[in-house]
Amino acid sequence: MIVFLKQTYYVAWGDLMFIKHNFLNIMVMSVMSPLLYLVAFGYGLRTGTTDIGVSYVAFVIPGIVALSSLSSSFSSTSTRMNVQRLYYKSFDEMMMCPLSLPAIIFGKCVLGILRGLMSCVLIYALGLFLAPELELSPLFALCVILSCLAFSFLGMAAALLARSHQSLATFNSLIILPMTFLCGTFFSVSSLSPVFQGMLYCLPLTHASECIRAAAMPGYLDFPWVSLIVLAAFGLAFFALDYYLLKTRKI
Amino acid sequence: MNDIIIIDGLVKKYGDKTAIDNLNLRIRHGELFGFLGPNGAGKTTTVRCVATLTGYNSGTIIVDGFDIKKDPTEAKNRMGVIQQQISLDKDLTVMENMVSHAMYHMMAKREREGKIKELSDYFGLNEYLEMPVDSLSGGWKKRVAIVCAVLHEPKVLFLDEPTSGLDINARRLLWDVVRSLNRKGTTIFLTTHYIEEAEALCDRVGIIDQGRVIALDEPKKLCDAMGSTAVEYMSEKKTQYRYFQSRDEAKVFVSSLDSEENVLIRNINLEDVFVELTGKSVGAQK
Repeated sequence: MIVFLKQTYYVAWGDLMFIKHNFLNIMVMSVMSPLLYLVAFGYGLRTGTTDIGVSYVAFVIPGIVALSSLSSSFSSTSTRMNVQRLYYKSFDEMMMCPLSLPAIIFGKCVLGILRGLMSCVLIYALGLFLAPELELSPLFALCVILSCLAFSFLGMAAALLARSHQSLATFNSLIILPMTFLCGTFFSVSSLSPVFQGMLYCLPLTHASECIRAAAMPGYLDFPWVSLIVLAAFGLAFFALDYYLLKTRKI
Repeated sequence: MNDIIIIDGLVKKYGDKTAIDNLNLRIRHGELFGFLGPNGAGKTTTVRCVATLTGYNSGTIIVDGFDIKKDPTEAKNRMGVIQQQISLDKDLTVMENMVSHAMYHMMAKREREGKIKELSDYFGLNEYLEMPVDSLSGGWKKRVAIVCAVLHEPKVLFLDEPTSGLDINARRLLWDVVRSLNRKGTTIFLTTHYIEEAEALCDRVGIIDQGRVIALDEPKKLCDAMGSTAVEYMSEKKTQYRYFQSRDEAKVFVSSLDSEENVLIRNINLEDVFVELTGKSVGAQK
């Protein structure tokens, strides 16, 4: 276990230095989109009270936290790995070293997890100030961390599968962007028809949104334990995909 | 065991195309081995297979007694690779790249600091350590890449076209580095397009064409097998080559030509061997 943690840290070290060199830049990028979503959707489009008895701002902030965990974690991991793999070729250097594959996967996902968490913490800190219905609890932290982890693993899989920068951008447009808007981030999935609900429950962000929202408002919503298990299963599946791609060198 | 690398029956296919076709090769401990071949012959693919960067369809690869499929960690510990394209993280500084590589090989802090200091001194990199690696010229980046590849003191160092794109000064400096590493006991596996590089550096060379080793010996022996003297002459608007066992035989042939203009008599070199065996000049596209 100690060797695994050490290897994970060693793999992540270069990316931690990258964060150090670009800290301000990363901070600005981490909060800009969530803030715009909050202003546009939270204040610009809707006001008033939702079906569950909280203000729309209180409803939408956990959704924005969920989408921030997706967009920041996914894009940080996938973009940097894509560059390191296809352009710098420095990813090859790591693959030639005596490191375990799980350590490489976790190590390369540290950047995405940290950026996702930074983004979520900043937006939720603002949310706690704006919406008194929101609470901070260990369960909320667990959901956010799990979400960042799962989407970082997905980012790594996308980067390993991408044949070019353009194919990664296409994956973003076809998969990530629709998820951002549709998976219960800005509205309740239960308000849609059963067919749409079924489709949206096949996507990990829907489960992340429901878990994070319920954990943020324990007095208003029952916690969806099944969604937490599904989210964890998605994380495991993405990890397994990363492992398979690295193991079989299908990269 | 005298062989540090044993490749037996290596086959690598990309779809229907066979890149490596039943390749057998043995590299001896401490030798400086040159691997020559035209573009697409399978040089880089061979290196990528041995370096565990790509899988292969069949065959075995043993590095210092360890099968790279069964004991990849042990095999990787014994190898250093300098890829054709400089593969440093351009978002990091020179020092950070070196530290990263040392960490990948699980070197302890004190050990890696000592080694980085020693190698930076040797390669004259001290004043560049805190600079972003992307701000360095190609020659200096190559030196950083070499430091990164040898930090963990590998027993075998693979250099895939190490001097391509470098000016002659940087190229000669790199030759000195390669010789020095070899003198210290590191086995060198060098792929190159530059015949003079292989002649100047290598104890033995292998020539690969269409995924197969078609010749393998010391450069001088390969040349001697073809004769001693080459004649270059113009015929049908093309330069033609003829090879002879002695200079006298060559002179007799030259005297039989219609014109002795644009005729050159010289010693046979490795490029002649290459052209004769592969039917193309080094670096030519297939």
